[in-house]
Amino acid sequence: MNQDPGLQPERTLLAWRRTALAVTVVALLTIRMVLQRNLADIPLIAPAVVGWLTMVAMVYRQRAAIAAGRPVASSRMLPLAALVAVGYTGLGLALILS
Amino acid sequence: MFRWLRLWFNPDELRQVGSTPDYRFSLANERTFLAWLRTGLALIAGGLAAAQFLPPLPLPHLREGIAITLLLLGSAVALRAVEHWARVERAMRLGEDLPASRFPAVLAILISLGGLLLIAAILLQAWSRS
Repeated sequence: MNQDPGLQPERTLLAWRRTALAVTVVALLTIRMVLQRNLADIPLIAPAVVGWLTMVAMVYRQRAAIAAGRPVASSRMLPLAALVAVGYTGLGLALILS
Repeated sequence: MFRWLRLWFNPDELRQVGSTPDYRFSLANERTFLAWLRTGLALIAGGLAAAQFLPPLPLPHLREGIAITLLLLGSAVALRAVEHWARVERAMRLGEDLPASRFPAVLAILISLGGLLLIAAILLQAWSRS
Protein backbone atom coordinates (compact mmCIF):
# COMPACT_ATOMS: atom_id res chain seq x y z
CA MET A 1 0.00 0.00 0.00
CA ASN A 2 2.83 2.40 0.76
CA GLN A 3 4.13 1.77 -2.75
CA ASP A 4 1.03 3.37 -4.28
CA PRO A 5 2.42 6.52 -5.92
CA GLY A 6 -0.96 8.30 -5.77
CA LEU A 7 -1.35 7.74 -2.00
CA GLN A 8 -5.01 7.04 -2.74
CA PRO A 9 -5.93 5.41 0.62
CA GLU A 10 -4.30 8.30 2.51
CA ARG A 11 -6.12 10.90 0.43
CA THR A 12 -9.40 9.10 1.00
CA LEU A 13 -8.80 8.96 4.77
CA LEU A 14 -8.09 12.71 4.74
CA ALA A 15 -11.39 13.23 2.87
CA TRP A 16 -13.18 11.29 5.63
CA ARG A 17 -11.45 13.48 8.22
CA ARG A 18 -12.49 16.69 6.43
CA THR A 19 -16.05 15.38 6.35
CA ALA A 20 -15.89 14.65 10.10
CA LEU A 21 -14.72 18.26 10.63
CA ALA A 22 -17.72 19.52 8.64
CA VAL A 23 -20.00 17.35 10.82
CA THR A 24 -18.29 18.86 13.91
CA VAL A 25 -19.24 22.38 12.76
CA VAL A 26 -22.83 21.30 12.07
CA ALA A 27 -23.07 19.52 15.46
CA LEU A 28 -21.73 22.58 17.32
CA LEU A 29 -24.18 24.90 15.51
CA THR A 30 -27.04 22.53 16.41
CA ILE A 31 -25.97 22.36 20.07
CA ARG A 32 -25.65 26.17 20.20
CA MET A 33 -29.18 26.45 18.80
CA VAL A 34 -30.50 24.09 21.51
CA LEU A 35 -28.71 26.02 24.26
CA GLN A 36 -30.33 29.29 23.10
CA ARG A 37 -33.72 27.84 24.02
CA ASN A 38 -35.25 26.78 27.31
CA LEU A 39 -33.96 24.05 29.63
CA ALA A 40 -36.62 21.54 28.59
CA ASP A 41 -34.98 21.26 25.15
CA ILE A 42 -31.57 20.18 26.53
CA PRO A 43 -32.18 16.46 25.66
CA LEU A 44 -32.05 17.49 21.95
CA ILE A 45 -28.28 17.78 22.42
CA ALA A 46 -28.11 13.95 22.59
CA PRO A 47 -28.92 13.23 18.90
CA ALA A 48 -26.50 15.99 17.83
CA VAL A 49 -23.72 14.28 19.83
CA VAL A 50 -24.71 10.80 18.55
CA GLY A 51 -24.41 12.03 14.93
CA TRP A 52 -20.96 13.42 15.62
CA LEU A 53 -19.81 10.23 17.39
CA THR A 54 -21.11 8.14 14.47
CA MET A 55 -19.01 10.17 12.03
CA VAL A 56 -15.89 10.01 14.24
CA ALA A 57 -16.36 6.23 14.63
CA MET A 58 -16.52 5.92 10.83
CA VAL A 59 -13.21 7.76 10.45
CA TYR A 60 -11.53 5.43 12.98
CA ARG A 61 -13.05 2.42 11.25
CA GLN A 62 -11.70 3.59 7.89
CA ARG A 63 -8.26 4.18 9.42
CA ALA A 64 -8.21 0.61 10.77
CA ALA A 65 -9.51 -0.82 7.48
CA ILE A 66 -6.82 1.00 5.49
CA ALA A 67 -4.13 -0.28 7.88
CA ALA A 68 -5.52 -3.79 7.32
CA GLY A 69 -5.27 -3.38 3.52
CA ARG A 70 -9.00 -2.91 2.85
CA PRO A 71 -9.09 0.74 1.73
CA VAL A 72 -12.51 0.77 0.00
CA ALA A 73 -15.31 1.62 2.46
CA SER A 74 -18.12 -0.88 2.94
CA SER A 75 -21.22 0.02 0.95
CA ARG A 76 -23.09 0.47 4.26
CA MET A 77 -20.87 3.31 5.44
CA LEU A 78 -21.73 5.86 2.75
CA PRO A 79 -25.54 5.76 3.12
CA LEU A 80 -24.98 5.96 6.91
CA ALA A 81 -22.81 9.08 6.51
CA ALA A 82 -25.52 10.70 4.37
CA LEU A 83 -28.14 9.77 6.99
CA VAL A 84 -26.10 11.68 9.60
CA ALA A 85 -26.47 14.81 7.43
CA VAL A 86 -30.21 14.18 6.99
CA GLY A 87 -30.50 13.78 10.78
CA TYR A 88 -29.09 17.26 11.36
CA THR A 89 -31.59 18.65 8.84
CA GLY A 90 -34.35 16.98 10.86
CA LEU A 91 -33.00 18.41 14.13
CA GLY A 92 -32.69 21.87 12.59
CA LEU A 93 -36.25 21.74 11.22
CA ALA A 94 -37.58 20.59 14.61
CA LEU A 95 -35.78 23.46 16.35
CA ILE A 96 -36.96 26.10 13.84
CA LEU A 97 -40.58 24.95 13.59
CA SER A 98 -41.25 24.21 17.28
CA MET B 1 -35.47 4.74 -11.09
CA PHE B 2 -35.98 3.41 -7.56
CA ARG B 3 -33.16 0.91 -7.88
CA TRP B 4 -30.95 3.07 -5.68
CA LEU B 5 -33.58 2.96 -2.91
CA ARG B 6 -32.93 -0.77 -2.62
CA LEU B 7 -29.35 0.09 -1.70
CA TRP B 8 -30.58 1.39 1.67
CA PHE B 9 -32.03 -1.99 2.57
CA ASN B 10 -29.52 -4.28 0.92
CA PRO B 11 -26.26 -2.38 0.38
CA ASP B 12 -24.19 -5.49 -0.33
CA GLU B 13 -26.20 -6.08 -3.51
CA LEU B 14 -24.20 -3.27 -5.14
CA ARG B 15 -20.97 -5.25 -4.84
CA GLN B 16 -22.47 -8.41 -6.34
CA VAL B 17 -22.83 -7.26 -9.96
CA GLY B 18 -20.00 -7.28 -12.50
CA SER B 19 -16.37 -7.42 -11.42
CA THR B 20 -14.45 -5.41 -8.83
CA PRO B 21 -12.64 -2.48 -10.53
CA ASP B 22 -9.16 -1.22 -9.61
CA TYR B 23 -9.54 -0.14 -5.96
CA ARG B 24 -8.22 3.33 -6.85
CA PHE B 25 -11.30 3.99 -9.00
CA SER B 26 -13.56 3.02 -6.11
CA LEU B 27 -11.57 5.30 -3.79
CA ALA B 28 -11.90 8.21 -6.25
CA ASN B 29 -15.67 7.60 -6.35
CA GLU B 30 -15.72 7.53 -2.53
CA ARG B 31 -13.84 10.86 -2.32
CA THR B 32 -16.28 12.43 -4.79
CA PHE B 33 -19.14 11.22 -2.59
CA LEU B 34 -17.45 12.72 0.49
CA ALA B 35 -16.92 16.05 -1.32
CA TRP B 36 -20.65 16.14 -2.16
CA LEU B 37 -21.50 15.21 1.41
CA ARG B 38 -19.39 18.15 2.65
CA THR B 39 -21.23 20.39 0.17
CA GLY B 40 -24.50 19.21 1.70
CA LEU B 41 -23.17 19.69 5.24
CA ALA B 42 -22.04 23.24 4.32
CA LEU B 43 -25.60 24.03 3.14
CA ILE B 44 -26.99 22.56 6.39
CA ALA B 45 -24.49 24.62 8.42
CA GLY B 46 -25.61 27.68 6.42
CA GLY B 47 -29.24 26.95 7.29
CA LEU B 48 -28.43 26.52 11.01
CA ALA B 49 -26.37 29.74 10.94
CA ALA B 50 -29.16 31.67 9.15
CA ALA B 51 -31.63 30.57 11.85
CA GLN B 52 -29.34 31.75 14.64
CA PHE B 53 -27.34 34.71 13.38
CA LEU B 54 -29.62 36.60 10.95
CA PRO B 55 -31.43 39.56 12.51
CA PRO B 56 -35.24 39.58 12.15
CA LEU B 57 -35.95 40.46 8.49
CA PRO B 58 -38.58 42.91 7.20
CA LEU B 59 -40.73 40.12 5.73
CA PRO B 60 -42.26 37.85 8.41
CA HIS B 61 -40.79 34.31 8.51
CA LEU B 62 -38.28 35.14 5.75
CA ARG B 63 -35.40 34.17 8.05
CA GLU B 64 -37.03 30.82 8.85
CA GLY B 65 -37.78 30.32 5.16
CA ILE B 66 -34.13 30.85 4.21
CA ALA B 67 -32.97 28.50 6.97
CA ILE B 68 -35.44 25.73 6.06
CA THR B 69 -34.62 26.01 2.33
CA LEU B 70 -30.89 25.61 3.03
CA LEU B 71 -31.48 22.67 5.42
CA LEU B 72 -33.63 20.80 2.89
CA LEU B 73 -31.25 21.57 0.02
CA GLY B 74 -28.35 20.21 2.11
CA SER B 75 -30.20 16.94 2.75
CA ALA B 76 -31.11 16.64 -0.94
CA VAL B 77 -27.43 17.05 -1.86
CA ALA B 78 -26.42 14.34 0.68
CA LEU B 79 -29.04 11.84 -0.54
CA ARG B 80 -28.23 12.56 -4.21
CA ALA B 81 -24.57 11.93 -3.37
CA VAL B 82 -25.39 8.35 -2.25
CA GLU B 83 -27.49 7.76 -5.34
CA HIS B 84 -24.77 9.04 -7.70
CA TRP B 85 -22.02 7.13 -5.88
CA ALA B 86 -24.04 3.90 -6.22
CA ARG B 87 -24.72 4.53 -9.93
CA VAL B 88 -21.03 5.22 -10.64
CA GLU B 89 -19.95 2.15 -8.65
CA ARG B 90 -22.42 -0.02 -10.57
CA ALA B 91 -21.32 1.40 -13.94
CA MET B 92 -17.64 0.77 -13.10
CA ARG B 93 -18.39 -2.82 -12.05
CA LEU B 94 -20.29 -3.48 -15.28
CA GLY B 95 -17.75 -1.65 -17.47
CA GLU B 96 -20.39 0.84 -18.64
CA ASP B 97 -20.04 4.58 -19.30
CA LEU B 98 -20.21 6.68 -16.14
CA PRO B 99 -23.70 8.16 -15.59
CA ALA B 100 -24.29 11.78 -16.60
CA SER B 101 -26.13 14.04 -14.19
CA ARG B 102 -27.99 17.35 -14.42
CA PHE B 103 -27.87 17.80 -10.67
CA PRO B 104 -24.66 19.91 -10.46
CA ALA B 105 -26.07 22.39 -13.01
CA VAL B 106 -29.43 22.57 -11.19
CA LEU B 107 -27.70 23.14 -7.84
CA ALA B 108 -25.45 25.84 -9.36
CA ILE B 109 -28.49 27.64 -10.85
CA LEU B 110 -30.40 27.45 -7.53
CA ILE B 111 -27.46 28.84 -5.55
CA SER B 112 -26.81 31.57 -8.16
CA LEU B 113 -30.49 32.61 -8.01
CA GLY B 114 -30.28 32.73 -4.20
CA GLY B 115 -27.17 34.91 -4.42
CA LEU B 116 -28.80 37.25 -6.98
CA LEU B 117 -31.90 37.59 -4.75
CA LEU B 118 -29.64 38.51 -1.81
CA ILE B 119 -27.81 41.14 -3.92
CA ALA B 120 -31.18 42.59 -4.98
CA ALA B 121 -32.36 42.65 -1.35
CA ILE B 122 -29.19 44.43 -0.18
CA LEU B 123 -29.39 47.02 -3.00
CA LEU B 124 -33.10 47.60 -2.30
CA GLN B 125 -32.36 48.13 1.38
CA ALA B 126 -29.50 50.57 0.66
CA TRP B 127 -31.69 52.45 -1.86
CA SER B 128 -34.66 52.73 0.53
CA ARG B 129 -32.39 54.13 3.28
CA SER B 130 -30.79 56.85 1.16
